[in-house]
Amino acid sequence: MLDSVRGFGRLALMACALMAAACSQTSNKAPEPRAEFNIGWSIYAGWMPWPYAQQAGIVKKWADKYGLKINIVQVNDYVESVNQYTAGKLDGVTVANMDALTIPAAGGKDTSAIIIGDYSNGNDGIMLKGADTLAAIKGRQVYLVELSVSHYLLARGLNSVGMKLSDVKTVNTADADIVGAFATPEVTAAAAWNPQLSAMKETPGAKQVFSSAQIPGEILDLLCVDTATLKANPNLGKALVGIWYETTALMQRQDAEGKAARAAMAKLAGSKPDLFDGQLATTYLYADPKAAVAATSSPALITTMTRVRDFSFSKGLFGQGAKSADAVGMSFPGNKTLGDANHVTLRFDPSYMQMAADGKL
Amino acid sequence: MRWVNRRIGRGSSVLLGAIPILLLVLVYLLIAASRHAANPSDKIMPLPGDMADAMSALLFQPDQLSGQLIFWADTVASLQRLGTGLCLSALSALLVGLLLGVLPPVRATFGPLVTGIAVIPPVALLPILFIAFGLGETSKVALIFIGIAPFMIRDVAAHIIALPREQIVKAQTLGASSWQVMLRVALPQAMPRLIQAVRLSLGPAWVFLISAEAIASDIGLGYRIFLVRRYLSMDIILPYVAWIALLAIVMDMILMWFSRRFFPWAHGASH
Repeated sequence: MLDSVRGFGRLALMACALMAAACSQTSNKAPEPRAEFNIGWSIYAGWMPWPYAQQAGIVKKWADKYGLKINIVQVNDYVESVNQYTAGKLDGVTVANMDALTIPAAGGKDTSAIIIGDYSNGNDGIMLKGADTLAAIKGRQVYLVELSVSHYLLARGLNSVGMKLSDVKTVNTADADIVGAFATPEVTAAAAWNPQLSAMKETPGAKQVFSSAQIPGEILDLLCVDTATLKANPNLGKALVGIWYETTALMQRQDAEGKAARAAMAKLAGSKPDLFDGQLATTYLYADPKAAVAATSSPALITTMTRVRDFSFSKGLFGQGAKSADAVGMSFPGNKTLGDANHVTLRFDPSYMQMAADGKL
Repeated sequence: MRWVNRRIGRGSSVLLGAIPILLLVLVYLLIAASRHAANPSDKIMPLPGDMADAMSALLFQPDQLSGQLIFWADTVASLQRLGTGLCLSALSALLVGLLLGVLPPVRATFGPLVTGIAVIPPVALLPILFIAFGLGETSKVALIFIGIAPFMIRDVAAHIIALPREQIVKAQTLGASSWQVMLRVALPQAMPRLIQAVRLSLGPAWVFLISAEAIASDIGLGYRIFLVRRYLSMDIILPYVAWIALLAIVMDMILMWFSRRFFPWAHGASH
């Protein structure tokens, strides 16, 4: 509740800040090479390597190697972090594929996804009370964060049992309030992501009837950076990829050091080590750069992004001005594009991950 | 002539009042235009045309799923919640305020309770409201009620307590009972004060309404703003904020007119 009041205030504040920022923005020259960058992150199992790397000095190590300064900035509210990136306050941000498409890319900000960090492999789910199968959702009110990946998951789930979004009624519920909402007797259906999802599973009589594990690879977590900034500063991409793979290699280790790293990440996420490990178990982490490059280059990514953009367009997420799902252009490895090829604003760029795979950092 | 003595006519006061607003709009347009020159699909500062496009879909095209005209459905839903909350608050403020103000025993009994409730921040009660009233309309109206009613009750009661003692004594020498003092002396004087209290409560009432709609909702002005915030759709948010401001101003003007029309004595030179 307080969150929403604050959210509203923040919205107003942001509008003012944006106005001020807009005033100072006089021209649209190509960015000059710079030495200091801000990368935003918000709390989610797949993104905790970033603050940990900052804390453990891995960020400084790689930034120093390339003569840069990289600040890993926490933004408490996920949507806010993506909005701040879109407004140009951050040079990069951790973001899900669907939101990267609908917020910065649809807003005309040329964005490059340089790290595919993980995909949700059960971190997002649909919960029902008093039923064991998804089919029982028909006609119910489903509480979820509308227009988020939960909404996409619901559409995919319904599709898998031959239903449409119009077969249920959705009620927009803030992610901070969804656990409390699901605890009330009148709410019998909800969709959410972790850590909220694991709390909702504790509710008596509730059962998870669909999860992102049934659509593997479709809800991706990315690190996106501003394309122009990246072009002017290729070392930024190298440093970020270096930080990422050193940290994920460390957290994958089963020895004491790996355990300590995961415990530190759990603490940074405000969670407990065993709960955090549980969330990692439903997150498929691309700790190996080769696997990440393969996933980025595979045709499956284009299929996924086609589904995601068709859903986004059908929900009006490209804005009222968009006439078709092709309005926002995306590019993939191998010169493949999706949508408007003359106006590409979301680029899946595996070249930096490839450097990590080749050991050329 | 000294500035303190200048009288501003009706026409020129409208003109003067419009200048800063127009300047603000102009500054916005200039910045928005420059941003769009750099990036034609800029979402952060939409041009008036973008806003008109986005809004016309909400204003005139029925939603595929519900078949409603979204903008009007949002407005009706929000005004219903707000209206119900305001009416219930005003009624209880009048009723309880009169009893507390006129009857010292009632005041001694329930005064501390009302004060106690009034100092609780209403949003802190929200999880309790959810459990007690569910996530539907009741809890949204209840949040507005709990947010503004205690303040209004205290305001009306305090106003009645402050009425000149002579009026009460005079009424009694003319043979009035407690009941008649309440109806004939206190009630008429409480009414303009009540309207004043409603006007002052409009701002908080809107805040509580929007907050409630942000939490769990499928329709309403606040719901829409928080929904499209997810994809930074300023072309919808800005017109909605302007519309909320307009609605609030119109409501305030109606209340003002009502008060002047029916209680002109409360708006004399001394007020």
